[in-house]
Amino acid sequence: MDINSSHRLRRRLLKTAHLIGLFLAMAVICLPGLWIVLSSLRPTVEIMAKPPVWIPESISLDAYRAMFAGAGQGGVPVWDYFRNSLIISVTSTVIALAIGMAGGYAFARYRFKAKSAIFLGFMLTRAVPGIALSLPLFMIYARTGIIDTHFSLILTYVALNVPFTIWLIDGFFRQVPKDLAEAAQIDGCTPWQAFWQVEFPLAGPGIASAGIFAFLTSWNEYALASQITRSVNSKTLPVGLLDYTAEFTIDWRGMCALAVVMIVPALTLTFIIQKHLVSGLTFGAVKG
Amino acid sequence: MAPVTLRKLVKRYGALEVVHGIDLEVKDREFIALVGPSGCGKSTTLRMIAGLEDVSGGAIEIGGRAVNDLPPRARNISMVFQSYALYPHMTVAENMGFSLKIAGRSAEDIKARVDEAAAILDLGHLLERRPSQLSGGQRQRVAMGRAIVRQPDVFLFDEPLSNLDAKLRTQVRTEIKKLHARMKATMIYVTHDQVEAMTLSDRIVIMRDGHIEQVGTPEEVFQKPSTKFVAGFIGSPPMNMDEAIVDNGQLVFASGVRLPVPPRFAGALRAGQKVTFGLRPDDIYPTGHGLHAGDASAVHEVDLPVTITEPLGNETLVFIQFNGRDWVSRMLNPRPLRSGESVRMSFDLSRAHLFDIDTGKALEG
Repeated sequence: MDINSSHRLRRRLLKTAHLIGLFLAMAVICLPGLWIVLSSLRPTVEIMAKPPVWIPESISLDAYRAMFAGAGQGGVPVWDYFRNSLIISVTSTVIALAIGMAGGYAFARYRFKAKSAIFLGFMLTRAVPGIALSLPLFMIYARTGIIDTHFSLILTYVALNVPFTIWLIDGFFRQVPKDLAEAAQIDGCTPWQAFWQVEFPLAGPGIASAGIFAFLTSWNEYALASQITRSVNSKTLPVGLLDYTAEFTIDWRGMCALAVVMIVPALTLTFIIQKHLVSGLTFGAVKG
Repeated sequence: MAPVTLRKLVKRYGALEVVHGIDLEVKDREFIALVGPSGCGKSTTLRMIAGLEDVSGGAIEIGGRAVNDLPPRARNISMVFQSYALYPHMTVAENMGFSLKIAGRSAEDIKARVDEAAAILDLGHLLERRPSQLSGGQRQRVAMGRAIVRQPDVFLFDEPLSNLDAKLRTQVRTEIKKLHARMKATMIYVTHDQVEAMTLSDRIVIMRDGHIEQVGTPEEVFQKPSTKFVAGFIGSPPMNMDEAIVDNGQLVFASGVRLPVPPRFAGALRAGQKVTFGLRPDDIYPTGHGLHAGDASAVHEVDLPVTITEPLGNETLVFIQFNGRDWVSRMLNPRPLRSGESVRMSFDLSRAHLFDIDTGKALEG
């Protein structure tokens, strides 16, 4: 065998191994999701079976039908939970993005006293485990009477997300050359116009990723929400999952169905926004 | 179109003063180059004129109007950045028309002005491209197009050619010169490249450490540098300079070699005075291979060893040993020379420069 064909063979083998490795990794990541979808469609007996039944014998949408049937008929107030989740997640994301843009821009563009200390301070808030905050938060919210409201959760999630959005957006504004905003100002823009016409579109992908991140955090958060919410007034979908636990039983099938209902909008949103996550948009602005 | 006046202009960053009260009158429609080594304050000065930096002291007037506290958009200027600073999310046409769009002009009006500028700069076929799809030279032309479309009172250029390769640089330089002839606008051009400054400008401002060293036409700063710094900065290769002491009508160098005091300085020097002697490469040449001497009696001939030669085709740079250093001379109609060969060199002392050793100021002959 000559040296070229042996190298070609080696390259092919490596490529095959690479693909197999990738497939295994993807399987590990995707399997739980797949299992949830599958479990929402099969009878409870099969879910609990040992050894596990890999291929379901019968598939039905009973769990979904029951879920939307309404309270009292084995259903949960899924529309209420969905509405609460949506209001809380969207509002807190919008607010966290607004603060994150202002803060990220300030950190990227301006010099001020104690800048790095403040920045580090923001990051440190992320080092505190969220669950450790649940008791103090509960007490404060209970005293101020905002327990079991949208407002209390929105406030919590904004506080949770702002450090991360600032950090992420700061990085993206840093990549937008300062010359561009200056050129825009010479072209007749006010600083405000220069921001919206030039810097904002260019930092767009970063702002979108920060938005996805903030939205998913709020959408999926359980620990704090389970403490702060009480009723259909404010309970979010993750908290709603608990409705499927009774004193002695857990309706795994129902729970999985609700989980699927939770995943679908989050996944859809991510797909929509992902299109805008084209990086390297600033290429060609300067030099090259 | 407008004159630009700087009065006692100062820039401080905290306690650090980087521009020390400079005065400058740029006439209407003049092309002026601010030139100097990096850190001399030329870019800062330009950015103050543009309104991108606050003025710490003094005044800036554009068209007779004080603009110190006006934002960039109210100064009616255009600026071409070293980095081009094109908006990457807009097409070439949108980039060029951006200032008019912000000013609220109609779409037809914008198109007409953009097309006109595109025609001047030969950008017509690129209007729908994005900056990322352009070469460096094309981007530079788009940046200039954007400046033209605005029809400003003053054009500002901040080292616009630094990012181009040598060949393109010469090409775009010519385009800028044509542009000035055509636009008849006031242009202020910052560069660290003295060749750009010499070739483009009506007058050159040479800056150093936040001060203006000399303002003059390219001929003036080349032929009559007012300081040792200007003499060393303008001209390529740079002027040969060395210290000497005046003794009995002669200049005595450290190694003991002597040259006659240039005739025009004869009455101006006193014995024992220390001076810096300077002579451009054009004014030293192997005898018979130089420019015509202005004053044949001022040509001093001496045999010196050749170190190396750099042939350039039409001329050869000959490095010779003088006073223990390599001095560079320019040989026209070159003939081959060997390293180590002793060659009779002509020093055209009528063109020599003398500078005060302490102040660096040029001595008057």
